[in-house]
Amino acid sequence: MAIEVRIPTILRSYTGGAKVVEGSGDTLGDLLADLDSRHGGLRARLVTDAGALHRFVNVYVNDEDVRFLGALDAKLNDGDSVTILPAVAGGAFGFAAAAAIAQHSAAAAAIAGHRAAVAAR
Amino acid sequence: MLSIDRSIIDAIVAHARRDHPDEACGVVAGPVGSDTPTRHIPMANAARSMTFYEFDSMEQLRLWREMDDRDEEPVVIYHSHTATEAYPSRTDISFAGEPGAHYLLVSTREPDTEEIRSFRIVDGVVTEEPVEIVAAVDPHAVQSYMFGQSPATVDYECSDR
Repeated sequence: MAIEVRIPTILRSYTGGAKVVEGSGDTLGDLLADLDSRHGGLRARLVTDAGALHRFVNVYVNDEDVRFLGALDAKLNDGDSVTILPAVAGGAFGFAAAAAIAQHSAAAAAIAGHRAAVAAR
Repeated sequence: MLSIDRSIIDAIVAHARRDHPDEACGVVAGPVGSDTPTRHIPMANAARSMTFYEFDSMEQLRLWREMDDRDEEPVVIYHSHTATEAYPSRTDISFAGEPGAHYLLVSTREPDTEEIRSFRIVDGVVTEEPVEIVAAVDPHAVQSYMFGQSPATVDYECSDR
């Protein structure tokens, strides 16, 4: 079962520079495992240690955001097209938003840094 | 160095002022490999926050596909800081996902002062770069119109930090 996967610039180091790769799987989780067998390290950039999709990576099946399709459980069919895009996000401080997504290590580090700076005052 | 048209900078600053005190964000697309920002696309801030911005995921998909179809790439990704300086925050650095883009920051903390700075953010490393603002030149204008006018280019050097 062939599924076309579009890889963003920042992750092309895992695909030998390829912009589009093919994979297979009945769900997004299966597809990422399949891709990781040929493009080692790719899955870890998309899935947290806890086994959830990273908050700041957008994955789409055809024209839908997989967050609305069951995330890693999203069902895939032959001929589907999967697109991966890094979320475009940031901001002056983002601590309120960062607290809401504290499982994201970078955000957690930012919060910790802010707390340390406040505590030091 | 980021070289960008005055009319695009004006549109970005206007967008940032309009959305103040929320942060504004958007893209300036340009032909792949050209390093020339030509098409300004203001994006909605899905976070609607004074301290955070995030593209709406569906709007982003549409724009990234459109750029793909037109052989464009995001040459500039911009956002505003509304109470602090135009320098990438830790959050900005953590989430920067386009190593080829110029990250343009606009601060709207002073209503009458234009504060614009540009950065490369690659693997968590921030490098400031000068911004050259080029006055729009009508391509159909007779070349001699250029003589005797005020300088057509403004250079913003990096701040020393």
